[in-house]
Amino acid sequence: METKIPTRMGDGSFTAMTRGELRADIEDATQLAARKAKISPLTEDEQDHLLDIYASTACFTAVDIGDQVVLSCDGGGSKMTGTDILDLLESEQRLGQDILELWHIEYSYKAIKTILPHQQQTMQNAQLLLTAPIQYGAQPNLAFYSRPDGPCENWFELLPRAEIAAARAAIDEAMDFATKDFIFVGEGMLEAGADGMDFDTTGGAGDGDFFSTLRAVKHLREKYPTAGIEVGMAGEFVIGVHGELEWDGRRLAGLWPQGQLEVCQDAGVTLFGPAVNINTGKSCAWNTAYSLTVIKPCMDVARIPVHPNVGEGVCGVPINGYPPEDAASRAAKAHVEILRCDGL
Amino acid sequence: MSRGMRLTEAKRYVAERLGCSERDLSDSYAMEQIRGEKGLGRILDHSNLHPGEPNAMMAKFRIAETLGITIPSVEKFKELAGI
Repeated sequence: METKIPTRMGDGSFTAMTRGELRADIEDATQLAARKAKISPLTEDEQDHLLDIYASTACFTAVDIGDQVVLSCDGGGSKMTGTDILDLLESEQRLGQDILELWHIEYSYKAIKTILPHQQQTMQNAQLLLTAPIQYGAQPNLAFYSRPDGPCENWFELLPRAEIAAARAAIDEAMDFATKDFIFVGEGMLEAGADGMDFDTTGGAGDGDFFSTLRAVKHLREKYPTAGIEVGMAGEFVIGVHGELEWDGRRLAGLWPQGQLEVCQDAGVTLFGPAVNINTGKSCAWNTAYSLTVIKPCMDVARIPVHPNVGEGVCGVPINGYPPEDAASRAAKAHVEILRCDGL
Repeated sequence: MSRGMRLTEAKRYVAERLGCSERDLSDSYAMEQIRGEKGLGRILDHSNLHPGEPNAMMAKFRIAETLGITIPSVEKFKELAGI
């Protein structure tokens, strides 16, 4: 009888699976991902490598010496132990993060617009005290530009009523407001001395969310050629809420990570973070296999660093606010060793 | 970060500029020595203090020069300090 190996599900709960069951999960996940994204599944060697990682009983795992990668940490710090600057110091000095991020708890460009000077002063002060690069981050969150939170018609209410033209018009209007805000905050923070900007969970509200971000990226990159610009995605698939938005003739709706990376590169992004959402009903091994499969095509076309978002609820890490270290370290090791990505 | 360099290329570049091996970049012991010698800033705690050694913005000036890169926060500091 096969020994049961302790492992976790996508919701973080503990379970136990045999090596055979883990193998079956990995194969199932990679085949499903390959069918959905119309790409190749992981090779047998890659699946075996992944199985070895998840069949380990170690409570923590890591890459080999010399294979360490860059850690770009969005939203670093807990906001529970002191000021933002103390959080950044802790992130640099105690946690060893390579790229730090100043951020506000209201993590949305629309909100940051209203408190920009405070964030600028904090950035200026922080830069005096820290050695590691500090970028400024927030989320595009296009939906905040629709009623009741914003000025535009709510397209998520218009669409179920089949008012497609009105919904698209509302998204177009929201995108204009959004891009202006992204540029306003981006310019403000870069002028304050930020080493870069981060647009986190891009695409979370669909293709309009992605398009409005790309426009801002292009502008900022042209105006600030020495700044880093990171785009972290919200999911493995860009949902076509608008459906007709294109970047340089390429439809954004339906893009998987490789396509997302390509348009980001063209827009001027300098660091790309794909995200693959967790299926909480599947094992972490299943989830990581799925994530690796859909991200892998990025590595063949990447001209910029690729940092998969190996964090809570994405890329094989369970959906807990404080993910278990056994699961997080396995996902991290798998992405680095199998994808040969540039960072996390 | 701003040049969008892939990791392999970035490690090669930094190692060459620092005069060390790429393996050294992942070795916290080696990097502690290198960062100390070149004034690039080190991890500090009660048992690892280096007053009189560059850190934070001072170290960033050295990093920019050593790596031959433009660091936005350093440029902003120069601008605002009137240097």
